[in-house]
Amino acid sequence: MTTKMFGAPVARREDPRLVTGGGHYLDDLGAGALEAAFVRSPHAHARIVDIDVSGALDVAGVVAVWTHEDLPGRAGDPLPLLIPHPSIVSGVTGYALARDEVNHVGEPVAMVVATDRYVAEDACAAIRVDYEFLPAVVGVAAARDGADLVHPDAPGNVGAQLVQEVGDAVAALESAPHRLTLDLDFQRSACMPMEGKGVLASWDTDAGHLTVHSSTQTASGVRAALAAKLDLPLARVDVVVPDVGGGFGVKINHPWPEEVCVSAAAIRLGRKVKWVEDRREHFVSSAHERGQLQRATVGFDDEGRILGLDVTLWHDHGAYLPYGVIVPMNSAVQLVGPYKLRNYRVEYVSLYTNTVIVTPYRGAGRPQGVFVMERTVDAIADALGLDRTLVRERNFITPDEMPYDVGLLFQDGRPTVYDSGDFPASLAKLKALVGWDEFEAYREQARAQGRRVGLGIGCYVEGTGVGPYEGGHVQIETSGRVNVATGLTTQGQGHETVFAQIVADELGVRVEDVHVTTGDTRRMGYSVGTFASRAAVMSGNAIALAARRAREKALRIAGDVLEVDPRDLEIVDGVVSVRGSGGGPGSSIPLATVAVLSNPLRYAFDESAKAATQFGSPTTDPDAPPVARGEEPGLEGKDFYSPPRATFANGMHAVIVETDPDTADIRILRYCVVHDCGNMINPTIVEGQVHGGVAQGVGGALYEKLVYDPSGQLLNASFMDFLMPFASEVPHIETDHLETPSPLNPLGIKGAGEAGTIPASAAIASAIEDAEGFPIHAMPISPYDLWELRRAHAAGDLPSLRHGARDGGGADASATSDAAPDVPEGQR
Amino acid sequence: MATPAAPLPPRPAHPGAAGRVETVPVRLRVDGVDRELDLDPRVSVLDALRDRLGVTSVKKGCDHGQCGACTVLADGRRILSCLALAASYDGAEVTTSAGLGAPDRLGDLQEAFVARDALQCGYCTPGQICSAEGMLAEARAGMPSHVSPDVRDVDSPVELTDDEIRERMSGNLCRCGAYVNIVAAIGDVARARS
Ligand code: FES
Ligand code: FES
Repeated sequence: MTTKMFGAPVARREDPRLVTGGGHYLDDLGAGALEAAFVRSPHAHARIVDIDVSGALDVAGVVAVWTHEDLPGRAGDPLPLLIPHPSIVSGVTGYALARDEVNHVGEPVAMVVATDRYVAEDACAAIRVDYEFLPAVVGVAAARDGADLVHPDAPGNVGAQLVQEVGDAVAALESAPHRLTLDLDFQRSACMPMEGKGVLASWDTDAGHLTVHSSTQTASGVRAALAAKLDLPLARVDVVVPDVGGGFGVKINHPWPEEVCVSAAAIRLGRKVKWVEDRREHFVSSAHERGQLQRATVGFDDEGRILGLDVTLWHDHGAYLPYGVIVPMNSAVQLVGPYKLRNYRVEYVSLYTNTVIVTPYRGAGRPQGVFVMERTVDAIADALGLDRTLVRERNFITPDEMPYDVGLLFQDGRPTVYDSGDFPASLAKLKALVGWDEFEAYREQARAQGRRVGLGIGCYVEGTGVGPYEGGHVQIETSGRVNVATGLTTQGQGHETVFAQIVADELGVRVEDVHVTTGDTRRMGYSVGTFASRAAVMSGNAIALAARRAREKALRIAGDVLEVDPRDLEIVDGVVSVRGSGGGPGSSIPLATVAVLSNPLRYAFDESAKAATQFGSPTTDPDAPPVARGEEPGLEGKDFYSPPRATFANGMHAVIVETDPDTADIRILRYCVVHDCGNMINPTIVEGQVHGGVAQGVGGALYEKLVYDPSGQLLNASFMDFLMPFASEVPHIETDHLETPSPLNPLGIKGAGEAGTIPASAAIASAIEDAEGFPIHAMPISPYDLWELRRAHAAGDLPSLRHGARDGGGADASATSDAAPDVPEGQR
Repeated sequence: MATPAAPLPPRPAHPGAAGRVETVPVRLRVDGVDRELDLDPRVSVLDALRDRLGVTSVKKGCDHGQCGACTVLADGRRILSCLALAASYDGAEVTTSAGLGAPDRLGDLQEAFVARDALQCGYCTPGQICSAEGMLAEARAGMPSHVSPDVRDVDSPVELTDDEIRERMSGNLCRCGAYVNIVAAIGDVARARS
């Protein structure tokens, strides 16, 4: 093989198109389609008394109006509960259009289809809905209290509840020499991709075929759900995913109400119908994540070794539970991180509130779990006056213990078994990268200048590449062009490039000759979707296996033609030749020609096709069938990759912050990442994924917070009020990599998409705490929040760290404390 | 619950609904091509480009002037096209990302974005590139920013440090978080052009 593509920092092939405005996102399609707009509930909790659509029918250009009763057949049933986890005690889902009750502001109540969006919006404004108000349940505390209920069928507002345990945490806590309890608070945020959701449905009346373009993370999921909802044979539905302007999790939920309604409208009207979510709609009618209250009690010895840990997570899952409990499951299990927890008990209580639904956002519950664990480890270090990295090291799972069974079930229902990783080595790299041991000198220097700085750390392990499977199809055309298809979708991860790199190596062709299609059920119907950092692991391996099949067939045919053992053949730059022959005539054959020969022809449509006709190859055996038994025409390979369980990536972040002594402004001075996602297909793309993750992690730690008022109105539903980091807020990011290959898959890779986000809040809280000298137990933290904490601290309402930087350390390491620093009101 | 008759045929326009608005003629030169429009005076440059002219090389992220995805150049200056009324840009020369290069002959900023891996989903990218183009012109003309050492100095070209670039690009949101490389790409071009 000439140049190995796997591992090379190849420039992304999708970019020239995208930088010149040639990206085709959902709203760039469907010129001339009718457009839909939705009437949405302005109330968080109310009964619908009456809907009067007559005003809308008078608006010129309106084609049709739908309410719940107009939805045909099963389209009017509740939306599916996609992941029916056994811990769900009450799984309530919404309707495509609200039936008799609304449960959050933004819930769709009616749909107008009109000649354009302007008309549709005007008509929506003319629809009158009478509501009878019900009490709104907002926030974890109100939900937990249970005085008012979101759904009568969910007593205590509990949707799901689960205890998982390894060892005996309660006994271990009782006998531990030291104990601490932490009460923590993690606020709501949202994925907020630059492109919102969108759907374009076309109904071919003659063929009875529905084609739906959707800005989704799962083409096959939307297809199956729409076929079921609209009572269509699967073969009469296709879903195609165009360029997608970011997903980060929110676009994995399906079918969205709008996907059902718009498709139903297209069928009913026999016209193309399109809906594109506007920004405000995205805030109030897609999905949020992250909101949790958490309590952790840890018992540990004098060395800081964790003896027992007991955690409860109260998780706010919003008005409905369509995506199940993946988020709190991940929090509960991935909380363990790189540590040996022999006695660990975790309970999550997943609660209904009258707010937007909760589905995974990059990290999917892991940032919250890691926050609990890392805050706990820092608290242990503080209580004992030990270096925070030392306590971590003493609790690490070591490389010789791999594979390591955590003893809990992962979110896919399989055992949580870490396949590989070298946490001590990662930590050593991180300490060197950030200059951990030199930091005290730097702090002194800064202090002398009147500056306040702090150093923080966050470690995590992330289960990536969960099943059940993905598929790959590789086809070599007679021109030498290689077509590759996989079913999962792309939202900017560079799949066209990395999958082409894999195939180029596996087949021995030039990477330019490989063309990749994702997210098109017409090309690959069997698929799951893009989430859980799974695309490279799942489709990458499936495509590699498919390419190997195509290669095997190519070598078999070439071996026949060249009359050599296929094992003596190699493929370089698209030419099959006898290894070491120099590729002269008689010892080599272009792959394109092999493709010609693979498909016996009757008709010679061009010069090259002649060779495949019955008169083209005089040597063929007149008694043998042209296509041998057990063979198929064409040079193709198809295969699936289905791992028994997830592969676990890991990493560690260190961050240096400066906090302004007067204004409490928080500035990140340095951000360092050590990341291990196994073998890297394309380091440039991995780096980009890490950067993006960190940017969202920084946002989650310092800026992003969705604020509801007690009546359930989202107060900051705009880019102006929901703060996300711009270039001015994201620091330079320093990265170092470790590559411990996964033993679980042929390519040895692990996922990388969510890594950057997961430990950011933990690491930044750690750094701010280190700078300020009092504990940080709630995130995100704004300058105002920090200023309030300083006031509480000065007033004696918030204890100092025992060994915090500003106190200079040196307290009694044997101090035992049950007097947990409670989170003061001001911090919530 | 009232039941609407669905579906309904389109109804004729009536006074007070669509059609009531007087239109104004608007001429724009878009990416080098002269275009003529008859527009409701409330139509933004963004909607005029995307919905009326089918120019999709400019994207909509918020429609409220808060994300920069819709940035184009109007007579060489960067504007948020979702906040600009087309009628007030009559006669303007509008440049989108498609006017700055094509896949087979990328402009220098586009080249730098590709080389530096300064994008992921690409949705913000046309706006980032137009914004950078406008920003480089502002810096060349001596326009100071919030982080410039001397904001009274409005004559000498600004040296575009990373902090200057970050500050000057801080109206363009990239939710994929490609900022580190966006800043690097623009820095490369700033240095190459000076
Ligand atoms: S679309 Fe114009 S600034 Fe967001
Ligand atoms: S590249 Fe996706 S938003 Fe910037």
